[in-house]
Amino acid sequence: MPQIAQIGEIYASQLFWLAIIFGAIFLIVGLGMVPKIQGTVDARDARIAADLKEAASARENADRLEAGYREAMDRSRADAARLAAEAKAEAARATEARVAEADRFSAGKLELASKRIAEARSSAQAEIEAVAAEAAAAMVQRVAGLSVDESTARTAVQQELVRG
Amino acid sequence: MAAESGKIDPMHQFQVEPLFGHDWTIAGHSIAFTNSSLWMLLTLAVIWLFMLGGMKRELVPGRWQVAVEGVTNFVTDMLETNVGPKGRKFVPYVFSLFMFILVANVLGLLPFGIIPGVHPFTVTSHLTVTAVLAIVSFSIVLIVGFAKHGLHFFSLFVPHGAPWWMMPILIPVEFVSFMVRPFSLALRLFVAMTAGHILLKVLAGFVINGLNAEALWVAPVVSLPSLILMIGISALELLVAAIQAYVFALLTSLYLNDAINLH
Repeated sequence: MPQIAQIGEIYASQLFWLAIIFGAIFLIVGLGMVPKIQGTVDARDARIAADLKEAASARENADRLEAGYREAMDRSRADAARLAAEAKAEAARATEARVAEADRFSAGKLELASKRIAEARSSAQAEIEAVAAEAAAAMVQRVAGLSVDESTARTAVQQELVRG
Repeated sequence: MAAESGKIDPMHQFQVEPLFGHDWTIAGHSIAFTNSSLWMLLTLAVIWLFMLGGMKRELVPGRWQVAVEGVTNFVTDMLETNVGPKGRKFVPYVFSLFMFILVANVLGLLPFGIIPGVHPFTVTSHLTVTAVLAIVSFSIVLIVGFAKHGLHFFSLFVPHGAPWWMMPILIPVEFVSFMVRPFSLALRLFVAMTAGHILLKVLAGFVINGLNAEALWVAPVVSLPSLILMIGISALELLVAAIQAYVFALLTSLYLNDAINLH
């Protein structure tokens, strides 16, 4: 196996050239090139992350705007509904008031009329009583020859009228 | 070459041969530029070219940039999952380790051998290389652990929730399992790559010797099944090449997690 058989004569050369060449790879490639390439990768990753973040914040903004728009829409719709309801209530109230007014007016008239009817009736009643009393007194005078005074005749007539 | 003598040596592919600079020395040790060094250099070149395609740094990446970013993300994610946010500091090291092992493994498997005169060499099939990588990983774990926690780092060997009378057994076990880490790291990669390449080379020897055999029945009976098996094993070896790189990087990040977060 030359790797072991030759060690004595080649180890210095192997070590020397390996040190130089591996050292060169480490210095030129490892320290010189790799950090730059890694820097490019990192910069790209950072850029992508920043872009994604920006897109996320833009979307969030859009969502917020949409939510605001929706809320405004809902609010104005609710306002409109409330206004309509209020107007309807107002109109109902006004109608009710007018109906009540008209009711009151007609009720007043009715009352007046019935009062007049009652008055007319009571005056008619009084007249009937007076006439009936006179007639009763006259009848008593003619039939029995008794003279009945006016108040007694009226009382009797009233009793008879109430009873009958 | 060994094949000329009718015998194919499956170990020859691991032979390290100086290409130039035979007389270069440091403190008496030869540091000749070998075929191993050449394939390390090719690994470096491939990694550098691959990474260069990802350096356009566009916001909307092209195909190549996506591939490069995929690999860096893979390593970064591995460290972030296993270590946490503190693990990002170690991305350059673990990435270099992962890419070096992966590209070295794959380059050793690619069929460059069909070009005459080119002999592919798998850098990671050498213990001298994998051991150094493992020792570097282990040293980083030790340095980070002691720098971050001081002597408290030794509490790594005390398992949580175990009854006190178990400690005399558990602490030595934990200590041994900790100290074995660099060896297991180094040996796992070295053995996996070596075994796969030997297997492929032995089967290739069957194919060639079967075709060269005098008896005509040998070729269909030996060479054809061996070739079919080789195709499957080549695919498996590509998987092993990737898995071994992943395992090395994953274990390094797990060990770093121990050093940084102490269980």
